[in-house]
Amino acid sequence: MTDTLDAVFRREAGRCTATLIRVLGDIDLAEDAVAEAFAIAAEQWPKRGIPPNPGGWITTTARNRAIDRLRRESTRVERYITAHQMHTQDTDPDSTPEGDALDRFVDVVPDDQLRLMFLCCHPALAADSKVALTLRLLGGLETGEIARAFLLPEATIAQRIVRAKRKLRDNHAPYRIPGAAELPDRLHGVLTSIYLVYTEGHTATTGPALTRVDLSTEAIRIGRVLATLMPDEPEIIGLLALMLLTEARRASRIDADGSMVRLADQDRSRWNRNLIEEGHGFVKAWLRRNQPGPFQIQAAIAAVHADASTAAETDWSQIVALYDQLYAIEPNPVVALNRAVAIGALDGPSAGLDALAAVNLDGYQPYQAARADLLCRAERIDEAIVAYDRAIELTANSAEREFLRRQRQRSAATPQLP
Amino acid sequence: MPQYLLSVWHDEEYVVDFSTPEAQDRVAQVAAFNDELQRSGAWVFAAGLHPASSATVVRPSGDHVSMTDGPYAETKEQMGGFWIIQAADLDAALELAAQGAAASGGPIELRPLQG
Repeated sequence: MTDTLDAVFRREAGRCTATLIRVLGDIDLAEDAVAEAFAIAAEQWPKRGIPPNPGGWITTTARNRAIDRLRRESTRVERYITAHQMHTQDTDPDSTPEGDALDRFVDVVPDDQLRLMFLCCHPALAADSKVALTLRLLGGLETGEIARAFLLPEATIAQRIVRAKRKLRDNHAPYRIPGAAELPDRLHGVLTSIYLVYTEGHTATTGPALTRVDLSTEAIRIGRVLATLMPDEPEIIGLLALMLLTEARRASRIDADGSMVRLADQDRSRWNRNLIEEGHGFVKAWLRRNQPGPFQIQAAIAAVHADASTAAETDWSQIVALYDQLYAIEPNPVVALNRAVAIGALDGPSAGLDALAAVNLDGYQPYQAARADLLCRAERIDEAIVAYDRAIELTANSAEREFLRRQRQRSAATPQLP
Repeated sequence: MPQYLLSVWHDEEYVVDFSTPEAQDRVAQVAAFNDELQRSGAWVFAAGLHPASSATVVRPSGDHVSMTDGPYAETKEQMGGFWIIQAADLDAALELAAQGAAASGGPIELRPLQG
């Protein structure tokens, strides 16, 4: 019973909250109405049985509660309707703001979830706040759950969420889908936040466990919702494909001792073929469209890795070409770093180190780890050890640290040429 | 309609030599932005400020007030001027802030007015 209610909550909370924010013009009131509906469900369902359409029941109940509330506090009706008209300019301009119109007014509109995504990932919010707000409002996660996932004090997350909501309210942030001119930038902001949730789940930046399933699963779920709502945006499909292809490798990323296993050493028979197949399908679909964007290119890179049944069979020339393409769109040092690693695999460690020479990411753990590996393969052991020490110093994740320690030991044991 | 403060910030030692072509160009761009604000109805008020060194802080102290010379915040960056604008919502205000930043050639802080 509890499981069922939880499942319904997980599926419906974000959608329901999204609609009620539009109806009430207020995030906090919407959250209250949804919470109230779930409280009623928890009380009634055990006695009366689960309704045939539990999601619809929750939405309707929250909606009715909201209407009751609006009617009870009639001065609010006007305020909310004003707020609604002010903030959702893409609705029917002829709609009458009379009480009878309220029922139509609160119909569940699929666009509501999109509005909520764009609101949670508004560019005026800090990256941390976007992530926390997205998980809270769209994911329906409790503040405590988000805090545990990020290994942060609950008060920190609570404060981030409260501040973000207040900022959006005080600034009269619109509740609408951005227009065509601003859509690409705004969408990229949404996708980046979802990917941040995914990567945080995939490689926890701190703490003992390398992966935290909940956040990655949640990011993929939100990605799927977004892909359903905006099926014509190739970058959304690109992000979803990237997450699925990365997720496929999850089981092989940690060995029995809890140490990280890098891509080249992973047991590829443990990769999830279903996820790879699904991700591949998406990558092929975007190739036909020929509107490449950063997430699609990264997904294509992941797909090339997935294609190789052994690490030695990896088509590195294709990967280097894709990184060139990615660097042309996003000329940032992290892309340059990954490109250098690919060059190191294709043309040897010296070529990789040459490509790395232009990159300056001294305080970035993956940079030091990649540099250490290239130096070691180039038989520049002393420099490799210095880079490993630096990488170990920079990592907060114990599985990664264990991996780097082993690599350091191995390279220190490499016989050096006189 | 919601109103917002757009404040212009720069180094306190910032001096504009209005004889240079760059400064003239800047002045022309800000004037064009002001015209556009008035034409679109977003304009409420705007002003440039004398240097922060011209400021005086007056504070209550018992029955009296005390005065100190100089700006309240002794930071390197000081407010050099501001606009009060009205806009439909945050996104519209941000768009105007972006135009203002481009015109004035420096950072602009956007902040909603209460009420």
